Amino acid sequence: MKTPSRRFREFLIEKLIFLCGIASVVFVALIFIFLLREGVSVFKTVSPGSFLGGRFWYPISNPARLGILPLILGSLLVTAGAIVIAVPLGIAAAFYIAEVAPKRLRTILKSCVEVLSAIPSVVLGFLGITVLVPFLRNLFHLPTGLTAFSGSIMLAFMALPTIITISEDAIKAVPREYKDGALALGATHWQTLYRVVIHGALPGIIAAAMLGIGRVFGETMAVMMVTGNAAVIPHSLFEPVRTLTATIAAEMGEAAKGTPHYFALFAVGIVLFIISFAINLTADVLLNRNRKR
Amino acid sequence: MKDKRSGMPEIAAAVLASFLLVLSSASCGGRTARPGGGAALQIKGSDTMVNLGQAWAEAFNKLHPEINVAVTGGGSGTGIAAIFNGTCDIAESSRALEEKELQQAKAAGFVLRETIVGLDGIVVVVHPSNPVSSLTMDELREIFMGNVKRWSVFGGEDRPIVLLSREVNSGTHIFFKEHVLRRGKSKGPEEFAPGALMMPSSYAIAEETALNENAVGYYGLGYMSPRQKVLAIARDEGSPAVLPTIDSVRSNAYPISRPLYFFTRGEPAGAVKQLLEFALSPEGQAIVRATDFVPVK
Repeated sequence: MKTPSRRFREFLIEKLIFLCGIASVVFVALIFIFLLREGVSVFKTVSPGSFLGGRFWYPISNPARLGILPLILGSLLVTAGAIVIAVPLGIAAAFYIAEVAPKRLRTILKSCVEVLSAIPSVVLGFLGITVLVPFLRNLFHLPTGLTAFSGSIMLAFMALPTIITISEDAIKAVPREYKDGALALGATHWQTLYRVVIHGALPGIIAAAMLGIGRVFGETMAVMMVTGNAAVIPHSLFEPVRTLTATIAAEMGEAAKGTPHYFALFAVGIVLFIISFAINLTADVLLNRNRKR
Repeated sequence: MKDKRSGMPEIAAAVLASFLLVLSSASCGGRTARPGGGAALQIKGSDTMVNLGQAWAEAFNKLHPEINVAVTGGGSGTGIAAIFNGTCDIAESSRALEEKELQQAKAAGFVLRETIVGLDGIVVVVHPSNPVSSLTMDELREIFMGNVKRWSVFGGEDRPIVLLSREVNSGTHIFFKEHVLRRGKSKGPEEFAPGALMMPSSYAIAEETALNENAVGYYGLGYMSPRQKVLAIARDEGSPAVLPTIDSVRSNAYPISRPLYFFTRGEPAGAVKQLLEFALSPEGQAIVRATDFVPVK
């Protein structure tokens, strides 16, 4: 009497957990199919080449000009700037927290990093527009402070917690014997850090950087507020840019369903999806390699 | 133990049901229309009109405490889209309906009724230290199309001109483009310069013009403040430059002005009708004046 119902229960629980387990896979697949279904229609009006390589973005004109090259370059430029700022800073901070800082300071620093990751992006954007943007304009004598560089700084702030936390884990995961061995051979603390520990932790650190990049690339709000959103091909970090994410966020509300503009925004979504997928995949591969060693 | 056992399939069923619910609501997309009446009114649309809508909502709520009015912005297009899929009762809009929106309404089988509830002047603003104090419509057009790139051309300092525009979802953007760049022809080929900065809100434009000596931007009369310098605009070479004021907009002496609309689904009824009547009443029109727009009556 008891066994069959128990077996049934086991069966149910097993299936339920299975459902939860594959749910995220299903959702990713569904989202991609949805994006694809809506986005591909744009290629009835523009060729893939002139969509990806077009230099002008006038989505509501008649006929609409739908070239997203400035948007792709804008996103890449802002992201690249953020990486250059956040990666060295984040890794150095992780080393300090993991290896150098005294115990009490370490706990304080770690909670500060957590607080940093909890600041909503719109608040950062607000600070950016009132403080950072005028400051940069005066500092570099720019025509306007609403530039890719402002966006990079904002995004660097947002990527830092991810980079610090994961790098720190990777550094902590380096076997103690390596360090002991190095110290026993007469290496100083600093020599041990940059000759031994960094090599052991490298795949993890690279993965941390990649996840940070993924976070930066998909960020919308703060970027939209400080980069100026001009759809021109940028020639330097100190010019306004328009990113892929900001374009979707700013224009989706207006785009009438079924128009080329609407489909183009979904196609922009596909481009975003593919690029962030590639970034996350790279991070994953690197993390796995790290675990196997 | 027994309770737990009997509860298990129920939980499973509930989980499955919620899964199905999520899937079905995701697949069928559009929502059915809500009736206009009821205890809660949703007003959505033009960012320019948000403050006006809120002031009306507050005063209206004092007269009719039983009706709650919620006002949100997002842009004229957002409001019109919301009235199509039934997520708001009144769309505030700072532009008229476009051809494709009229067709969309026709296809969906209902009539959108428009009511002009006020007038708005679009002001052109620069940094307070900018010596330029007036421009003609043609000069404005050259500036925003990116043909003239330095302030010195208009007697200002030798500085680059930084263009500030609203995003394409803004009624103000569309009005400025059609009225200034295209000289009133809505299908003209003129565009904003590709290098014009697209700002997400009127607030962002106000903030940047207040702090940046190179900037020129535009927004609704309601956003004027002493932190920016407002330019006088001349209709053409021979006419006098006019500063935007309530009187100059109303008399049409100021060249960049526009009507403000309420769009409703079909003939307004119930609470929607009450609010509309209130907006057009002397008290409602006094609120229009108090929020720096121009009354129609």
